[in-house]
Parts: sequence; structure tokens; C-alpha cells
Amino acid sequence: MSDGAMLVEAAERLIGNRIDDAAMRRARAGEWLAAEWDALAGMGLPLALVDEDAGGFGVAPEDAFALVRLTGRHALPLPLAETMVANHALGRAGLPLAERAAVLIDGADLTVSAEDKGWRLSGTAARVPWGRDIGTLVVVHAGRVFRLDTGWAIAEAGTNLAAMPRDTLAIDARCDVAGTANGLSALQMGAVIRTLQIAGALERVLELTVGFVSERVQFGKPLSKFQAVQHDLARLGGEVAAAGAAADMAVEAFVGDPARAALPIAAARIRTGEAAGVAAGIAQQLHGAIGFTAEHRLHWYTTSLWSWRDEYGGQRYWTDMLGTATFTAGGAGFWQFVTEAA
Amino acid sequence: MDMIRFANPPVHDGAEALRHEVRAFLAEQIKGRTPLDRSESWNGFDRDFSRAMGARGWLGMTWPKRYGGHERSAFERYVVVEETLAAGAPVFAHWIADRQSGPTLLKFGTEEQRETVLPGIAAGVTTFCIGMSEPDSGSDLAATRTRAIRTNEGWRITGTKIWTTYAHRSDYMILFCRSGDSSPADRQAGTSQFLIDMKATPGMTVRPIINLAGQHHFNEVHFEDALVPLGALIGTEGQGWAQVMGELAFERSGPERFLSSIQLIVELIRALEGSESDAARAAIGRLTAHLIVLRRLSRSVAAMLEAGENPSLHAAIVKDLGATFEQSVPEIARTLVDAEPDLASTSAFCAVLANIVLNAPSWSLRGGTREILRGIIARGLGLR
Repeated sequence: MSDGAMLVEAAERLIGNRIDDAAMRRARAGEWLAAEWDALAGMGLPLALVDEDAGGFGVAPEDAFALVRLTGRHALPLPLAETMVANHALGRAGLPLAERAAVLIDGADLTVSAEDKGWRLSGTAARVPWGRDIGTLVVVHAGRVFRLDTGWAIAEAGTNLAAMPRDTLAIDARCDVAGTANGLSALQMGAVIRTLQIAGALERVLELTVGFVSERVQFGKPLSKFQAVQHDLARLGGEVAAAGAAADMAVEAFVGDPARAALPIAAARIRTGEAAGVAAGIAQQLHGAIGFTAEHRLHWYTTSLWSWRDEYGGQRYWTDMLGTATFTAGGAGFWQFVTEAA
Repeated sequence: MDMIRFANPPVHDGAEALRHEVRAFLAEQIKGRTPLDRSESWNGFDRDFSRAMGARGWLGMTWPKRYGGHERSAFERYVVVEETLAAGAPVFAHWIADRQSGPTLLKFGTEEQRETVLPGIAAGVTTFCIGMSEPDSGSDLAATRTRAIRTNEGWRITGTKIWTTYAHRSDYMILFCRSGDSSPADRQAGTSQFLIDMKATPGMTVRPIINLAGQHHFNEVHFEDALVPLGALIGTEGQGWAQVMGELAFERSGPERFLSSIQLIVELIRALEGSESDAARAAIGRLTAHLIVLRRLSRSVAAMLEAGENPSLHAAIVKDLGATFEQSVPEIARTLVDAEPDLASTSAFCAVLANIVLNAPSWSLRGGTREILRGIIARGLGLR
């Protein structure tokens, strides 16, 4: 087994041990899981996506992205995936890596101006993941990467449907240096991690659902013996398979030539976003009323799916982007466009 | 849930080079086909086109050269297949033979059968049809009642096959039938496959069945004490079920399972382009995303087939998702363009929409119904 695969296995074990029902409840009640974060950081996981020459420790990209998928599989209530991709962007831009949790945001809505040998960033950044808990904010704006350790305040605290922090920040920060972005936008990089997290959570949802319908007995037989249940489960399996393949495609795009990444990332984001809704609906239906309670853990995953699918660009944003590109190719060029896109 | 992971499809530079050759060939070869013609998908039948494909070396591509094949990779064949389908080329005269009958004969046929039949398929002159369904045996293939009895002069076959596409224009059929007894415990036992000469089998008759679109693709094929030679048996007597299941994995995962309505997507984009609304961009972006991901799933299964694996679960997933996708296209198109579907319309969009609406119901029936596929997927996930 490679070092990277061993790292993934060790991370899975750690998360499985530490993120139990009690930890999840604490996180969902608004607590920052400091000890759990320290344990993950102690393994070096926040640096797993960083190139070796930029301070990483040589984890192969497929293993690093397997870690991102794992955060989805466990609905990890900590910004590990966000910090991994933020550090990746910092490393590529030649900037110092983050010491604590970090989040990557799109700076399109901020005002960025040159100011005596440096830069000033100001404005409002809406619904920043873990805004209240992070030490570093990484802003990608017009091909530049800015690293902020101070200069923002919580304008409005909020959460997503999974009760994870999504805070609106008022930013007024001074930045001495800017790095050059790696060719991907913050939305694209964020979309790739959300796509992988959705794929990971969907695999868990499928396992939970197969397990539930195999054990739950009604009318004298397990639910899994009813053809209507089997067919719903088959549909769920199809969506999970499609989302998994789409996530793999997003990873290939992230790792490959940035100039060819836009279309496969958009397609992967659209397909996983749709799969998240269909699959969550089927899983909730097949779990019956027990799945609709706060006691059952199904909602850890479904509430995450219902949130992640709209973060880093919503469904409309990505379908509009891919639709615009398709119309540019036109009816006559449609098939060629599809074969060259991914 | 590793059992439903689809491995990343390999990149094959040679196959991409071939893609441009195929496109150039098609641009010339089928330039006269109207959008309505192209929306026939794989039901278009043109022996001249199939012969031209054979002359280019694009049929029997993966087979040994001694049978007329070209010993090329499954990925190169995949490119040829998806390019011809996406362009709306009339492929049927070689379609069944190249896709499944030839591979079945290559795997299970006698040396004589291979030498007699395969070179003709590779040349694009030999057409096959599929003899599986019967009036009382559709999805329940093991309920087949057509029976072959061995006699001194050959096999005597009696029974009826149905939904036999292009039986009236085919040279051969691969017939699945009962040659021995089954038991309640093993309903699939006692079945065999036979190579039937559609031009020279006394006691066999073909009758047309017109489909709801008014087209003659289907037929009913009657065998009344029809005599075929002893050498017509394919593979091992009694092993028909195992043989036919292998055939179905080839039949269920290809690009034909999600490209049936591509001509309508093309016409839809043409009808909207230049003045597309937000809703149109969103809908088309979504369709493109689905198509990109389906292609990826399908190419992943092609790699599994090439590696000699048995991806029957993966193939069932591709076909179920693919048929759902292709059937959704006319329903989406009519929300974006106001147009009454009409086969006789001079508007390409209206004519293609009509043909797609009329033919779409068959896509989740042929090659395994949606219900059968979902049963296979559920079983693959550990249910039942």
C-alpha cells in the first residue's frame, strides 16, 4: 500500500473514531471541534493537496482527493476540505501556507485596489464557510491570490442546512503581496471539492439505505423484498454511480490543464448537484419516518447534500455557464463540443 | 459501495485520430440525409452505407484478421460506433451483426460458422437479426417455448419469435430456444442458440408488425417444423442461457443507449440559438452535462469489456440512466419551443420531434426493459 493510501486509511479511522454521534451533535449545536481539528491537523491533512516544492509532503493527487471525498462520506463537521484547497491555492501562488483553518473565496464582489506597494481589499463576502473559525482567508480575484490573516469581521453569522457555519464577512484588509492564481477560479476549485464531497456522502447514503431496507421488516418480510423498493434503490444506485464518475472527472480536470478544466468541472458540478437531490429524496423515502428524525444519522448526509449542491455556484450558475458554451458551439457543432469537452 | 464505482476511462490517442477520419467519411457519405432521416438512429437501413463502412475497415474491427477482422482496440471501435450514431448514419444493415452476433459467433461458434459468416459481417454485406423474444416470453426469456429437436437430418424447429427487428431484410438470425428440458429449480437449463439462414430455411415465415409510428421494423418469425442443419448449433447444447447473458453485456452499455434522441438536441439548439433564453441555456447546459457523464460511464464499461471483465451491473446502470435521459429530451424540447410535432412538417424541428416522440417508448423496452434492468441493479447492490 502506498504512503498516500495509508494516509487515507488512517484519516478514515481517525474520523470514524472521533466524529461519533456526540461530536456531531456538538458541532451541529455550534461548537468548534477543537480537539478533533487538532488531531486531523496533526496528521498533516490540511497540507495534503499542496505541491511538495511548496511545503506539501508529496501526497499523490488521487490520494489527496480521496481525503476530500472522505470528508463527504463522513459529513465531517470541520473545514478540512476547504483548508486543503485553500492551501493548494496558496502553494501554487507562492504564498505562505495557512497555519490554522482556511477558506478559499471568490473575490468578484470585493473591491481590490493597489495601495502603496500593496493591495487593499474591501467589501462583503457572503456565506463564507466557517468564517467565524478560520485563521486565513484566501481570496482569488482577477487571476491574483491574496492571503489575509486579519482585516475582516463577522457581519452576519449564519449556517447552512447541515448547521455548519456560513458567515457573511465585512472585509477591509491590507495585503502586501499577491500571488498568481493557478488558472482555476475559486468557484471552480470550490466546486470540485463540493462535487467530491457529494459523491462521498452519496456512497454513504446508499450504504445506509441498503442496510435499512434489508433489515426493516414490514408485512412479514424485509422491505428489500418489495419490487417497488428494489426499483427505487436501483434508481438511487444509478444516481450514486453517475455522481461518483462525475466527481472523478472533476478531479481529472483539477489535476490537468487548467485551460481545459472549465467544461468538465461545470458538467460534474451540474450532474452531482442533480444526483444529490434525487438521491437524498429516495433515501429519505425509503428510510420512512425514522429517517426524518434528528436521532437517525441519515440527515447528517442529506442536509449536507442539500447544502453542498448550492455552494460555490448554484445549479443555475453552472448550467448557465455550460449552456452558454454549448450554444456557442451551436447545433452543428454540438457533438464535437461534447466529445472535446471531457 | 465499490461495486458501482466506474473506473476512469483510459485516454487513447490512436482512437482520437481515428475520430477525425470517421467524421470526414461521414460528412461525405451521408451528406444527403435529412434531419428526419438522421433521427432514425440505428434503425436506418442502407446496405451501400454498410458496405462502405466495411471497405474502410470499420466493421469487425476487434476481430482476428483471419475472419476478416482488423485486430484493433475496443476503444477504436467505440469511437467509430459513437461517431456513426451521433451523425445519424444508417447503420442497421451491419448493426446487430457487428455489435453482438459476430462477437457471439467468435466466442462460441464452430470454425465453419466463423469462416462462413464473419468475413461477410466485416465486409458490411451480412445482416443479422435477434431471435430472443416470443409472444409469451418477453422479459422472461427463460420461458422460451420455441423448441429445437435433433433428428438425423438436422434440427427441427417449431415456435414463434416476435419483435424481430429487420427480420425481413436479414441474412441470418441467432435463435435462442429450448433444445431440452428445464426444471422448476433450473428454468434456464435446456436452452441453446442456433444460426438460422433467413434466406434458405424451409418452414420459416416472416410477417410484418407495424409499430405505432407507422414504420415496419418489427416482425413475427414463425418456425413450423423448420429444418436447419446439425451444424447450425452455436456453442454447447444446453448452454444457451449462459451464452446469451454474455451477449447482453455488449448490448447494454454502448453509446446507442443514450444517443437515440441526439438529433433532437441538435435541432433544439438550432431552433433556439441566437435568441436563447435563460431557461434555454439552463436546460441545454443540463442536457450537455448529462451527456458528458453518460459518455464517461459508457467508456468506462468499454474498458471493462476490453479487459475481459463481466460488467453486467455497470452495463445495466448505463442503459437505465441512458434510456431515462434520451426519453427526457422530447419532454424538455417541448417546454422550450412551441411546435406541433408532425412527421410531414417542412420544419426539421417539428419532424424530428415527431419521430422522437413516437419512437421514444421503445428505448426502455429493447435490450432489457427498465424493470428488468432495475432488478439487476438491485440484485447487484445486494438486495433480493
